[in-house]
Amino acid sequence: MKTDVLVIGAGAAGMAAAIAAAKKNLKVVIAERDEITGGILNQCIHNGFGLHYFREELTGPEYAERFREQLNRYADAIEVLTDCHVLRLNRDKTALLVSLKGVFELETKAVIYAAGARERPFGSLMIPGDRPSGIFTAGVAQRLMNIDNRKVGRRALIVGSGDIGMIMARRLTLEGIEVVGVVERLPYPGGLLRNVIQCLRDFNIPLYLSSTVVEVKGSERLEEVIVASVDEQFRPIPGTEKSFKVDTLVLSVGLIPQVEMLNSLVALDKRTRGIACSNTGQSSNEWIFAAGNCTAIFDLVDYVTREGERAGEYASRYVNGDRFSLGIPIVPGENVMLTFPNFYSGVDDLTLYLRCRKPMERALLKVGGFEKSFEDLTPSEMIVVKIPERKLANLDMVEVRLEEV
Amino acid sequence: MEKIVCVLCPMGCKIKYRVEDGKIVSVQGNRCPRGLSYLEDELKEPKRIVPTSVKVVNGELPLVSVKTNRPIPKRLIPKFMQLIKQVQAEAPVKVGDVILKNVLDTGVDVIATRTVKRVNSA
Repeated sequence: MKTDVLVIGAGAAGMAAAIAAAKKNLKVVIAERDEITGGILNQCIHNGFGLHYFREELTGPEYAERFREQLNRYADAIEVLTDCHVLRLNRDKTALLVSLKGVFELETKAVIYAAGARERPFGSLMIPGDRPSGIFTAGVAQRLMNIDNRKVGRRALIVGSGDIGMIMARRLTLEGIEVVGVVERLPYPGGLLRNVIQCLRDFNIPLYLSSTVVEVKGSERLEEVIVASVDEQFRPIPGTEKSFKVDTLVLSVGLIPQVEMLNSLVALDKRTRGIACSNTGQSSNEWIFAAGNCTAIFDLVDYVTREGERAGEYASRYVNGDRFSLGIPIVPGENVMLTFPNFYSGVDDLTLYLRCRKPMERALLKVGGFEKSFEDLTPSEMIVVKIPERKLANLDMVEVRLEEV
Repeated sequence: MEKIVCVLCPMGCKIKYRVEDGKIVSVQGNRCPRGLSYLEDELKEPKRIVPTSVKVVNGELPLVSVKTNRPIPKRLIPKFMQLIKQVQAEAPVKVGDVILKNVLDTGVDVIATRTVKRVNSA
């Protein structure tokens, strides 16, 4: 089999990338391991998607359906392979795929990698105690409840106050599971303030800040979770332990870009832990582009869609013979935890995503010759700015700084 | 000035306002007019869109995701969930199909947010 562009993953980024490439009259194959396109959007049945991109508020499945319709509209150009796993991507631009039809090889001119992220697992948290059933990552609990119609337990504690954690707190509550609290290690909530209000406060779910799980107990099913307050170095403070009798623990402790398949083919960024990309979506390997949560963890699917489109457009230009360099590095400076993209090619304006390192009341963002002031910044809310090409001229590196004012 | 965070969209505008004699006399910080109506509702009768799911008969999946097409009063949410548990939809269901009309006399409909194809039960 031969194609112009192979898109790996049919979530928000992959669908947008495939459609963008099809609009440039290229032949596209999109490989998705699930039985349906849409990725994680299908199980995110809550609202809050699409406000930037569609200027209306949609649920996850509705957002996915709009792109699925477009994939259908471009059916002549885009071949959608569901139930299909990419086993290997080779240096000679071939890929080995497996689906219900068997194993086959695909020859392509460019790849857009859009494999999303995986959830940080329980095992990585090194929590002492037993290893009973009843411990779920938020995404697994979400899939069980929202797609498979399975109730995960009766009484639950949530670890991590990221958006997914808070949204699952509400979801469990609505489905009749008692949520006794949300535990957060940081002194401030990890997700958006709107979710603190509409997911926790609306249902009187307590949020325990500066707290962590120090032990889980249970012989077969989870029975008890011990929570303690932490000091500034996140060390549990002896004597502050609280016991929660719960049969369910839901973890929302972060997402990790899924990069394993490309490990030997492209460079990663040490801060985002994702595929290092230029503002064109191009990786350190010129025929491999990437977009979405496999590059950096984004706050909003709307951003992911835009980045998917961008990768689709530039990958198409690459297939048509355009060549661009990775460009100059973009480096987080003062008060900046991470930035995306990781390089600026010099082609086009720069859409820059960044997270601050700590909550800031007022800050001045400085990038090359560009400045913009911000209020009420928190690490959990991504900052997005568009920086004109001319403000980045004659630099050999782009330093991104947030000065406190 | 009192403070409130608008929950209508992920922008999460921080709205500052002052109330005198039960009337809003000054508002700042909302980036769109919906923030003002949110504030008014929040002071009188807080409302929320409720996303959830209902069972499907003869569908390719056991559930179809749904939402209220407009916000309903927050105090009705527990009652709403009791009611929605009893509801079953018959596949096929398409995005936007009305699953339940005028729920709890609010004038608000419950609509499907995904498509579930029909499969013939074996």
